[in-house]
Amino acid sequence: MTRELLEGSAAIAAAAITAGCRFFAGYPMSPFTGLLESMSRELPAVGGVCVNAESEIEGANMVLGAAAAGTRSATGSCGQGIALMQETIAEAALNETPFVVFNMARNQQDYFQCTRGGGWGDYRTITLAPKDVTEAVEHTQLLFHLAELHRAPVILYGDPLIAQTRISVTVAPRDYGPLPARDWVLDGTGGGTGRSRQVWTWAMGKATDPGPGPDRHWRAVADKFDAIAGVEARFEQAYVDDAETVVVAFGTAALFVEYVVEELRAEGHRIGWFRPVSLWPFPGEALAAATTGARRVLVFELNAGQMLDDVRIHAADRSVVRFIGGVSIAESGLAYGDLMDAPVIRDRILAALTGGVPA
Amino acid sequence: MTREQIIIDTSGPPAGPARKVADPKPSLLLGEHSLCPGCGEPVALRLLLEVLQELDIVQRTIGVVGHGCYGSFVRIMDVDVLQCLHGRAPSCATGIKRVRPECAVFTMQGDGDMANEGLQEVLHAAARGERITCVLLNNGVFGDTGGQLTATTVLGQRTKTSLAGREAETHGYPIPVADLVASLQGTAYVARGTVSTAGGVAQTRRMLRKAFEAQLAGAGFSLVEILTMCPTGWFVPTAEGPGYLGGSLEQTYPLGELVT
Ligand code: SF4
Repeated sequence: MTRELLEGSAAIAAAAITAGCRFFAGYPMSPFTGLLESMSRELPAVGGVCVNAESEIEGANMVLGAAAAGTRSATGSCGQGIALMQETIAEAALNETPFVVFNMARNQQDYFQCTRGGGWGDYRTITLAPKDVTEAVEHTQLLFHLAELHRAPVILYGDPLIAQTRISVTVAPRDYGPLPARDWVLDGTGGGTGRSRQVWTWAMGKATDPGPGPDRHWRAVADKFDAIAGVEARFEQAYVDDAETVVVAFGTAALFVEYVVEELRAEGHRIGWFRPVSLWPFPGEALAAATTGARRVLVFELNAGQMLDDVRIHAADRSVVRFIGGVSIAESGLAYGDLMDAPVIRDRILAALTGGVPA
Repeated sequence: MTREQIIIDTSGPPAGPARKVADPKPSLLLGEHSLCPGCGEPVALRLLLEVLQELDIVQRTIGVVGHGCYGSFVRIMDVDVLQCLHGRAPSCATGIKRVRPECAVFTMQGDGDMANEGLQEVLHAAARGERITCVLLNNGVFGDTGGQLTATTVLGQRTKTSLAGREAETHGYPIPVADLVASLQGTAYVARGTVSTAGGVAQTRRMLRKAFEAQLAGAGFSLVEILTMCPTGWFVPTAEGPGYLGGSLEQTYPLGELVT
């Protein structure tokens, strides 16, 4: 494996292919477009297929079909496009078809969309939010594994800084351990044997071999997501042990927060940071532990306060949680606006620290 | 065979039952369907399964079934099946076929599924020349939800949401799916059949066979629109279903092969 200078989208495409992705379908929408272009360039060379679908709905359903037929598959978009894919994501969660959705988002306003979803049913979506391209590469490979391990659609929540940053990166295969048997795959060979298979949200089985039926199946799916919540929560933190103030942020915004907190630490402030790496499952227990001794919990995210809800639910003392982020997008609509700037973040944190009461 | 050999001995009762015993169901049927008496969809299902068997592709076939009364066929078809969202079957089938080109991949959809919710999917799949076979079961109503107007309901037809009959001014004109699909490059076989008469059933069977043959030959997209009875959704007596179909849908949607 050689080290290459790649744009984030190309690095993610390389990671997906290394993870075994052989089918990709999507509809262009910046900043997701670069990933679609990379996949259309790279997949045929490894015997894979990339379809420039006519809509997000079609792309997502092509991927559902390819994944149900047993091929590691992925799609993606951002914000509005992911909204169109929600019916398929929900369907795949309930009929237990694994694939990866790349949300190369325009901003952080897709938090509810990724973690709450817009489909029906008792399902959740594992969502990882990398802070940079290197982590996005790792997350991509991990997500293909998690999708198959848990038989569920999963989301990578990226952004323009990840999609469009060029970095020097090595994409090597990773082994995440064994996976369960793929006895659910539709390969077409079951016909006429009396043991033909079905992939069906309602799981009612064939007439000769009744399945669990919807109630039991949906209960089992809900239980599965409860179990995932217990084992797949990921986070990073620093200086929380003695922190009076903990700043919570995710994705690339967290990198800026980290930088500012380092600065303030060096200046003598008792401040720490906490980064949910998985947005669902939200690392709630870890956040509770990290904020036990805190006088302030500051939430910085580039929206009107979405992860804020999760922080409030889990913070040791919810009364000290304050939102210091805000909606911030450049005029172009394709990048972050003024708030994504270390001095601005520093001002907001300092205002909260010196306000006497939590800001 | 000489004349003597076929003389029937009528001096006593026959040794066994005097009638010919036919196999009542194709072996790919795993159980009884639960659709209404007089429904045309089980006939279409039977034809489809017989054709798969005849072509000897049963163990390399994957079906994609949408939503409608026929959705319950998932349980009784002894074929690998993905049950997908309303309208999305051609897209799902595309994904399946692209990663398993060796398989015969078909969709089964109703008119509400294919012409309302999923018109875009089937048109794009056809234009892309996907090597799949789509089967449209067209009865001109939403049968499953109790007889409402669909995009293929014929002018003048009364449904629960067009109580005075479909008028173009209010409800627009019916969509001839097979004709739309036939107008696209990428199609290898497009036909419209019916199950309202014995002749129509036999012809539809041949159409289905040709559609799958086109797919297996890698020639392109194939579609068979099959006009089916829905006496329940039409609010006509069961026995009048075939006659009603002949006088309504079959008048609006001419039978025959459109692309061969
Ligand atoms: S409602 Fe119509 S389409 Fe549905 S099973 Fe009854 S007759 Fe068939």
